[in-house]
Amino acid sequence: MSAELDEYARAAEDWFANNTPAPPDFMLPLTFMEVGTDQQFDFLRHWQRAVYEAGFLGAAWPSAYGGGGLSQAHQDIATAAMRRHHGPIMLNAIGLNWTGPLLLDIGTETHKKKYIKGILSAEDIWCQGFSEPDNGSDLGNAQLRAVRDGDTYVLNGSKIWTTHGHYAKYMILLARTNPDAPNKYAGLSFILTPMKVDGIETRKIRKLTGEHGFTQTFFNDARIPADGLMGAEGDGWKVAMQTLEYERNARGGQAGGYVLSDVDPLEVLQMARDTKRGGKPIIEDPAVRAQLVEFAIEIQALNMGAQRAKIPPLVQDRPHGIPLMSKLAYTEYVRRIHEFATQLQGPKAAYYVDEPNAIDNGKWPRGYMNAFSATIGGGTSQIQRNIIGDHVLGLPKSR
Amino acid sequence: MGTTPEQIDLLNVATSFCRDKSPIASVRTLLENELGYDPAVWQQIGDLGWLAIAIPEHYGGVGLGVGEIVPVMEQMGRTLFATPFLSTSMAAQAILKGGYEAQKQHLLPAIAAGQAVSMALGEHNNEWDLHAITASATRSKNGYILSGTKTLVLDLPSAAHVIVSVKRDGQSTLLVLPTADIAATAIRRERLIDETKRAYELKLDGIEVGEDAFFDPDKTADTLAHIHLVANLLGAAELCGGTQAVIDYTVEYLNTRKQFGKVIGSYQALKHPMVNAYIEYEKARSLLYAAANSFGEQGVGEIATRMAKAQADTALSFAADRSIQFHGGFGFTYDCDAQLYRRRAIFTASQYGDAAFHKAKLADLVLS
Repeated sequence: MSAELDEYARAAEDWFANNTPAPPDFMLPLTFMEVGTDQQFDFLRHWQRAVYEAGFLGAAWPSAYGGGGLSQAHQDIATAAMRRHHGPIMLNAIGLNWTGPLLLDIGTETHKKKYIKGILSAEDIWCQGFSEPDNGSDLGNAQLRAVRDGDTYVLNGSKIWTTHGHYAKYMILLARTNPDAPNKYAGLSFILTPMKVDGIETRKIRKLTGEHGFTQTFFNDARIPADGLMGAEGDGWKVAMQTLEYERNARGGQAGGYVLSDVDPLEVLQMARDTKRGGKPIIEDPAVRAQLVEFAIEIQALNMGAQRAKIPPLVQDRPHGIPLMSKLAYTEYVRRIHEFATQLQGPKAAYYVDEPNAIDNGKWPRGYMNAFSATIGGGTSQIQRNIIGDHVLGLPKSR
Repeated sequence: MGTTPEQIDLLNVATSFCRDKSPIASVRTLLENELGYDPAVWQQIGDLGWLAIAIPEHYGGVGLGVGEIVPVMEQMGRTLFATPFLSTSMAAQAILKGGYEAQKQHLLPAIAAGQAVSMALGEHNNEWDLHAITASATRSKNGYILSGTKTLVLDLPSAAHVIVSVKRDGQSTLLVLPTADIAATAIRRERLIDETKRAYELKLDGIEVGEDAFFDPDKTADTLAHIHLVANLLGAAELCGGTQAVIDYTVEYLNTRKQFGKVIGSYQALKHPMVNAYIEYEKARSLLYAAANSFGEQGVGEIATRMAKAQADTALSFAADRSIQFHGGFGFTYDCDAQLYRRRAIFTASQYGDAAFHKAKLADLVLS
């Protein structure tokens, strides 16, 4: 490590040691998809802004647009320090992880100057308009209509599962600009859309946990500037696929930090030590031990895989395998470990969040239910298996 | 997680060498061969210096670590390559860890140059604990007389020496025995599930050895612990390579076989479990190379090695099991290669600990 990186690492360690906030008296979201109250939103927005201003978010993004102008190695160091101190998640996930890298890669100079800084500071919250009520996994069939009228597009239709929908200033929108295109994909365009315009309304969706965090977004003759078009008209599918690669970590360039909390098997371990059955800690049950070890092996394998993916000679046979499997493997792991932790709780598995008798304030059952947001959103686990089968193993398409 | 330039060089060389020297037709031919491998090819492996990889330079070796053997073993597993490479690599490590200086100087240069040496650790007690030894060495007029029976001794007729574990004065110890001193009647070939492998039962009764046959008794415990991990690391490598091969083999079938007018790989009932098998493989390989690169680290190396072996067993067992099923009627025949990999998984898991065994060990190491 160079002396300069060393210095940066020391600064990051110091800063996160001194500035990582103590847990507030309300439960913080464990993922960016769980921001359900203004209190949570304000807390996380303030935290992201502080991390950015200290130079530990967007460190590798160009300084001309508000980034730190340093290397990816710098950002990785900062992110590692954030993790070590268990800092809260970064709020503006869709901006930091998907929109930002996309704009830096294929956006115009105007786009970059206008949007990048606000993404990093959390001043401008972004949301994503891909799924529709009738078109989820079959994203290519999206029907929201965009009709060009001079320098504007007129939008009609509806998007659903819009994370941060009612907080967002901007949306990345997949819209149908040409219903008569030779195939469904060719009729799509990708448009940066302001949310605070007449004709766009959001309605909160209540999740399976009883909380909020998503909206359905309605577009009724909403008129937006046409200069938000990314690529050419008809390029929407290609741009959306690139966006999904960022979302699934199959492509780099994200701002840094993390938008999903780590789930450490050691936390479940502590619960297994503290929880008794038949007078003995359940950690002594061989079946429980075997299961805990399997989770430990699994997370170690995924972490080592992320590192191996960066060593080309060790992934030369199927270079895209690990990046394309990471979303599927990690989100399923998170779901299953929460389910397991819930099942370990015995009679107290009956309790839920905010019940004083609940174990860990009910975070495991809540986390289990919330975990489905990631195994369904961003392409379901079943769609992920199709993608890996088709693109990594080279199997024929399933439809 | 990292890698060394030597590891990558070995990976590249081993990939093409194993592919060229162990095509499936040769593997099939050797199933029927008494010796089980081609001595001319074994000679070439010696000439390549692969047996010298983890032997220090002053004993005629290359001076790298056990982690550098991993890519070679992985590619051998991938091609079901039959040679005494595994047994000899383990024996070299046993000598290096537990032998006296004179024994190292005598034995290691010959191994580095390509001589096979075997290990006789197993017994009828069917234990994975290498200290569970009943074979014994009893003092006699001219030295020691051995008694007892060792099992699952790999490649014994090919070996110049065999390293044997016995009890002497109630203490576990290792000794080196020239195979020339073993009567033909003391050796019986065992029938194995993995027909690419050769293992033998060895009756020690009546064999005499001198004091100079024994390794340093103070180093027995460390040596057995080391051998246990070496065997599991190399076993993980072999399993991992096999998983890659059986996945490639099955994917090819799913891409060509047609039923109901469609290539069967388009059916999600086959595609999705195939993807699951593939994910387990990538996890196994990540853990394998992580273990290869932390092998020498106290504590860390043991955890990494046990994780690698457990996952590699899981990965090949599942991939080969599904391979048989997905080949349908052909999968039920001897001609389908899926059975070769399924047999390999059972065999290699059975040696030095399977997934369940290592998970139980890991529970004690990581959950304490």
